[in-house]
Amino acid sequence: MENHNSGDSKDPASFLSSIIGASVTVKLNSGVVYKGELQSVDGYMNIALEKCREYVNGQLRRSYGDAFVRGNNVLYISSEQALGKRYFYVVGVFNLENYK
Amino acid sequence: MADTADQGGSVSEPLDLVRLSLDEIVFVKLRGDRELKGRLHAYDSHCNLVLGEVEETIYTIEEDEDGHESVKTTKKQSEMLFVRGDSVVLISPQPAS
Repeated sequence: MENHNSGDSKDPASFLSSIIGASVTVKLNSGVVYKGELQSVDGYMNIALEKCREYVNGQLRRSYGDAFVRGNNVLYISSEQALGKRYFYVVGVFNLENYK
Repeated sequence: MADTADQGGSVSEPLDLVRLSLDEIVFVKLRGDRELKGRLHAYDSHCNLVLGEVEETIYTIEEDEDGHESVKTTKKQSEMLFVRGDSVVLISPQPAS
């Protein structure tokens, strides 16, 4: 039960609810990346994004006004704004091949 | 983990976005480089979907004799389609066209 966090506790779920409304990057296991404003997240890590842009191999493929992403596809959610730092929320195993 | 922030507004959990798209045209991205466009008749929490007036687009890589790869798109029409939720990647309401 060690806790490395100082100050207010930060479990993954509270991190996710703290970045509602922020600009986020969501990477899927397939490597596809979605960027947009995080509208909501639920316990399955289903995600609703506003002003969503889809990138495949770094190239813009499509834009969606709103998008629902099914949680099982999510590799990570990264917030650009949380506390002025860049945080990753990593789901599952981080494959270096996926991170370039 | 199950409790999400109650922000009020029309979309307080992600599936609300899908609920708001009922009887509207939606774009659905599936595993295996497939896409669907059709009218959303029903959905559930697994993202099982019932779509009507569906156009399915399948992207496949084709290799010619010289080894050049190109993307081929195949389109299929269906009157009514049940989609099992586990193949769903993304659902997006489409602007009326």
